[in-house]
Order: sequence, then C-alpha cells, then structure tokens
Amino acid sequence: MTIDWAHVTPWASLAGGLLIGVAATMLVLLNGRVAGVSGILGGLLSARPGEIGWRFAFIGGLLVAPAVVRLVAALPAPRIEAGFATLVVAGLAVGIGTSYGSGCTSGHGVCGISRLSPRSLVATAAFMLTGMATVFLWRQLA
Amino acid sequence: MSALGAFLAGLVFGVGLILSGMTDPGKVIGFLDIAGNWDPSLAFVMGGAVLVGFFAFSFAGRRGRSFLGGAMELPQRRDIDTRLVAGSVVFGIGWGLAGFCPGPALVSFGSGQDKAAVFVAAMLLGMLAYTAAERLIHEPRRRAKA
Repeated sequence: MTIDWAHVTPWASLAGGLLIGVAATMLVLLNGRVAGVSGILGGLLSARPGEIGWRFAFIGGLLVAPAVVRLVAALPAPRIEAGFATLVVAGLAVGIGTSYGSGCTSGHGVCGISRLSPRSLVATAAFMLTGMATVFLWRQLA
Repeated sequence: MSALGAFLAGLVFGVGLILSGMTDPGKVIGFLDIAGNWDPSLAFVMGGAVLVGFFAFSFAGRRGRSFLGGAMELPQRRDIDTRLVAGSVVFGIGWGLAGFCPGPALVSFGSGQDKAAVFVAAMLLGMLAYTAAERLIHEPRRRAKA
C-alpha cells in the first residue's frame, strides 16, 4: 500500500463530513428521521400517505446542491472509469443490496455509527470490506 | 414546514458530499483500493460526520418528539440477521464496481452527469425489483395466514 498524496484532501473531506453531520442533525431534530439516502429514496416506492412530501423534499435538496455550489465555485471534475454495463450492474447491486440490507453509507455508515447501532457497525464493516475486495479483484482483472 | 426542513437538510447534505470529494467515484474507489494507491479521504468524511452525528443522535434519543412536533422515529432493531449482512455485501460489490453510493449518485445526477443518470436509473430499478419481489413473496404468505 502507498498513500495517494496527490489526491488526499483531509481538510476539505473533514469539512464536508462535518456538513454531512450537520445535515443529519437537521433531519433528525426537525423531522425525527434518520438521514439514510437509500431508505428515503426506497421509501418513495412504497410510501404511505404523509410519508411522501418530506422524502421528495430531501431528495430535491440533494439534486439542487450542485447548482447551489456552482454559484460560488466550479464543481470538481469527477473521475468515472465505469462504462455503461458496469454502471448498470453496479446500480442494480446498490439498489437491491441497500433495500435488502436496510441502508447504505449514510444510513448505516454515518447515522448508524453515530448511534453506535450494532446492526449498522456490522453492515458498514460488511460493505466496506466487500467494496475493498471488489476493487482489489477488479484491479487484478483490468 | 417538515418538507422545508427536509429540503434544507438534503441541500446541506449534498453540499457536504461535494465539498468532501465523495461525488468523485475515483476518490471513493481510491479509498477502497487499500492494496494500491490509497486515498484515505473518505475516513475524514466519516470521522467529521460521526463526530457531529454522535452528539445529535444522543440528544435526539432523549427526546420523544422532533422540534417540528412529529414523532422521533429512530430505528430500534438490534438483531444482526442474514438479510442485513447479505444486503450489505451486495451493496459493497456495486459500490466497489462504480464508486457510487446512493447519496453521491443523486447529487452527481443533479449536476447533469450522464453516467450518474445511468447508475441512478439502474439503482431505482433494483429498488423496484426488491419491492416487487417482497410483495410476491410476502403477500401470499400473509393471505395464507389470514
């Protein structure tokens, strides 16, 4: 292992993380809800009445965030190596996996670990280790 | 009011994701690539978010109602079952393949990224397939019991 010094952004990442924590704080204190993106999105597909508005509003906030950032700074250019087929397979796996496992990096990784939930600690360890194994194997194939 | 609160929370969440660098799949894969050229940035994101979240959720856990008067709906389950682990494993595979998880994918879709749109469409299809499968499996069982 070597450290990728050219790309490490400790301060920006820490600041972004603090903002994510503030956003999770807002949602739980104002709406009484956990800021789990997959759960909020998935809940739209089988939502009960009264459960739809706040979900759409939260997702809407995520979608307009780039436009708001653009008002003050240029968006960083993303590096997306995955091609069409990989994106489709990855998207399906993320959609099915987060539904089946009741959460993703935000719900389990951020909120669950903040709550010291044993379920979320196990889920986060599982998707981190599998993600690392997947990248490792993908690198061997490439 | 509850929709406005949720919108602002989503907006701050999205700005945080952009600032943290997590909307760049290359950066996420750089974190997962521990055997290669490792980018530890994601650990700083988690650290910052959990630092704030820890205090917020311990405060929220002692309240019965949110500030807007709604119920405080925090997850109560503590059991670790096959679904949790198997689902997380499948999610981890998809996350490692493309470097997108749901939040950053939606933000990147919002910025007009074509590739993020493909990912988000497939992700929604996966969620729909799950919901449909759950109905197919559980509805007959419920009817059989009734």
